[in-house]
Amino acid sequence: MAGRLSQKVMCWIMRLTAYFVVVIVGFIVFEIVWRGAGAISWEFLFSMPRRSGAEGGIWPAIVGTLLLVVGSIIVAFPLGVATAIYLSEYARQGRFMRAIRVAISTLAGVPSIVFGLFGLGLFVIFLKWGCSIVSGCATLACMILPTIIVSSEESLRAVPQSLREGSLALGATKWQTVWSNVLPYSIGGMLTGLILAIGRVAGETAPILLTVAAFYLPKLPHSIFDQVMALPYHLYVLATQHPDTAAVLPKAYGTALVLLLLVLGVGLAAIILRIHFRKKYKW
Amino acid sequence: MVTWKNNGVSEIKIQVKNLDFYYGGTQALFGITMDIFSRRVTALIGPSGCGKSTFLRTLNRMNDIIDGTRLTGQMFIDGQDINGGITDVVKLRKKVGMVFQKSNPFPKSIFDNVAYGPRTHGVKNHKQLTEIVEKSLRQAALWDEVKDRLAVSAMDLSGGQQQRLCIARALAIEPDVLLMDEPASALDPKATSKIEDLIDQLCNDYTIIIVTHNMQQAARVSDITAFFYEGHLIEMGQTEQIFTKPMQKETEDYITGRFG
Repeated sequence: MAGRLSQKVMCWIMRLTAYFVVVIVGFIVFEIVWRGAGAISWEFLFSMPRRSGAEGGIWPAIVGTLLLVVGSIIVAFPLGVATAIYLSEYARQGRFMRAIRVAISTLAGVPSIVFGLFGLGLFVIFLKWGCSIVSGCATLACMILPTIIVSSEESLRAVPQSLREGSLALGATKWQTVWSNVLPYSIGGMLTGLILAIGRVAGETAPILLTVAAFYLPKLPHSIFDQVMALPYHLYVLATQHPDTAAVLPKAYGTALVLLLLVLGVGLAAIILRIHFRKKYKW
Repeated sequence: MVTWKNNGVSEIKIQVKNLDFYYGGTQALFGITMDIFSRRVTALIGPSGCGKSTFLRTLNRMNDIIDGTRLTGQMFIDGQDINGGITDVVKLRKKVGMVFQKSNPFPKSIFDNVAYGPRTHGVKNHKQLTEIVEKSLRQAALWDEVKDRLAVSAMDLSGGQQQRLCIARALAIEPDVLLMDEPASALDPKATSKIEDLIDQLCNDYTIIIVTHNMQQAARVSDITAFFYEGHLIEMGQTEQIFTKPMQKETEDYITGRFG
């Protein structure tokens, strides 16, 4: 009887922890929607900020964040996938492989502010790209590289070996095999990693703080060597750096809500794509 | 030259001399010497782990993809060294097709499965591809069942159809030799007999080497049978002779079911 009781108790404890997660998410979403929805309007979304963000909108910050997401993915996705292909299809197990794996997991554990500092040193100062979109995208790309590599490698390894053998046995080279009989089937899984990466890129403040983000720049960028505003940094500025914090707090919540919707939207698009690929390639 | 129970004579297609094969430090094949005749069905039999599949995979160098394998000895196909520098592996595999134990259709359409090989080897013209696909599917006795749904995913076919699709896919690159690694072991009796009929047909044009666990199958489909045991080729001869009056005691024990 005691065994059954403890079983029941443990089951309930674990069930409550699971509920707790849902409650936290619910609370965050509720709080942001509740306080931020009022600030949302066409003007708020599509106009330039005025008076350091106390009036007007957040359009340049939205554009900036979108540019950073797209740019860093353009850099990181091909690099990450190429690395994953090497690790999964070409590399032989050994000391060198272990070294690469240690490097990847170390990279994944580096705090984001350190990435910011690294980007400042390498891209902004040493390569003389200045505080700019390229510097920011390059820095963010370094940050999300491990996520993309690991998820891409996993989805490549999930493709059955028999499909590779079947292709090789038909006289296809290794590269032909990877390109036309492995990669297409693993794109769905790769998109999962991409969703996580997009969330991080859109949300991080520390790396862009030192490499691209402008405190207050009420215009759109003209080239990739311009600075941009970005939603998370703008949020930080509104919430803590503004002289009249209480007055701009609704704007801050509105910004948070837009950021949340943006990440969810991009994530949703990736999920839809993934479902499409999963359906197309099933084995 | 050898005279055959049914008709005519046959030339040697593949010659293997003193083949030793190793997985890392473990030797899997010991001094295999064997002639394989053109347009005949050669069955490789023996208990699990006897090296028959390993031997089969040396013929199209599929073992190359396994780390740490190596071999010594000589292997020739049409007089050309299989493992030599001049024969590159792509050309070899174009000449020596393979069908696997577990059917492995690609998660693409039926058409794209069969067209995979020709496309890989540079055939781009759609009309030409269509002809190859039809011809190969006919040869594999699958055309009538799938001709109206070539765009359907190969994964929607039944197990037996999938295996015949894999045969069609292998035939599409017009090989001379077809290696079959227990092609019917995962199929029901009806699908199995279809595959066996197919082998009967195909041996008019192709040299077929088939690994099988099924003694009756070896007896039914093959002209020549080779018996492997613990990495050694124990005995090889015309199938009738192997099954009726084997020379070696191990062979007799195996085919009469005393072990294995």
